[in-house]
Amino acid sequence: MKKALTVAAFLLVAAFLVVAATTMRPFGEPSHSEMDDYFLVNCQTEVVANNVVTAVVFDYRGFDTLGEATVLFAAVVGVLALFRTVREDER
Amino acid sequence: MSSGMSVIVRTVTRFTYALIIVFGFYVIMHGHLTPGGGFQGGAVVASAFALALVAFGTAGLKGALNRHLLQSLEEVGALAFLGLAFAGVGTAFFYNILANSGSVFGGSDPAALASGGVLPLMNWAVGLKVMTGIASILIIMVIGARKEATE
Amino acid sequence: MTLGQVPFVVSALLVVIGLYALLFKRNLIKMVIGVSIIETGVNLFLVTVGYRAGGQAPIYTYSDPTTLRVLPTPQALTLTSIVIGLATTALLLSFVVFIHRHYQTLDAEKIKELKG
Repeated sequence: MKKALTVAAFLLVAAFLVVAATTMRPFGEPSHSEMDDYFLVNCQTEVVANNVVTAVVFDYRGFDTLGEATVLFAAVVGVLALFRTVREDER
Repeated sequence: MSSGMSVIVRTVTRFTYALIIVFGFYVIMHGHLTPGGGFQGGAVVASAFALALVAFGTAGLKGALNRHLLQSLEEVGALAFLGLAFAGVGTAFFYNILANSGSVFGGSDPAALASGGVLPLMNWAVGLKVMTGIASILIIMVIGARKEATE
Repeated sequence: MTLGQVPFVVSALLVVIGLYALLFKRNLIKMVIGVSIIETGVNLFLVTVGYRAGGQAPIYTYSDPTTLRVLPTPQALTLTSIVIGLATTALLLSFVVFIHRHYQTLDAEKIKELKG
């Protein structure tokens, strides 16, 4: 019973994802590109960088990068804490 | 694991170790001009550390790749990134104070290496953070897995 | 469905494959691999959403400044997503090592029974 329920839920979610993908707008036509056009036009004068992706990562959307750096730090601290407790238990 | 792999792998690692690290530093350094940046270059340098770990095992780890030094360097990278973000707080958080300022990174030529304001400095900070972070994760996990295997 | 939606369908299928591994596999390492496959599908979807037909990479070094460019923001967010995926995978694998040390097995069902 539980197995059948799992299979049914999986099939439902899979069908939902595939149908949603087939009914999206065509590949290669982004619907809202005003913000990215602003970045592409003004990047060389505002940030003076040729790589627009780096300018977006570190300047226009620096908060995302800050959160991402925090996640990496948290992962390192988590792995360290996990293995350190194990070592102290074994002593 | 601690004894490392065969002599072929170790010799090839001796040749390619420095080359991979120099390529990673190149990717970090030109992050605001060419494809790449701090994350990608840091991952490349960390892959060199992973290669050394696989080839030489944890025996040669004591001097070259000190875990505590790596974690200190990661925090230095994180603090440098935060400090560069706070440097522009007079206008806004993450404001680029050096761009178009006429100082060392503030030229008006976007194709020059010393351009982009704080972007190259942030690339170095994040590159340092990513390479030391991934390297310390690898070292911790290898040491933990070896303890598991010897029990 | 036309030929234009094939990249979206491929990323959706990657997510479905990852969900299959998460729901129907009992080995914990295979479940971690499923999480990784879901991340790959999401990254592919993000890059696909930002593609503009005939566009080049948004980097001005040694390229014609008037040419059409791909949207840069989804690529930047994909970069963030890749590093977060690496961090979560490392953390999940450490949890798996810890679980194996504690229960001496990697079977999710057996671990549930042992827990009681």
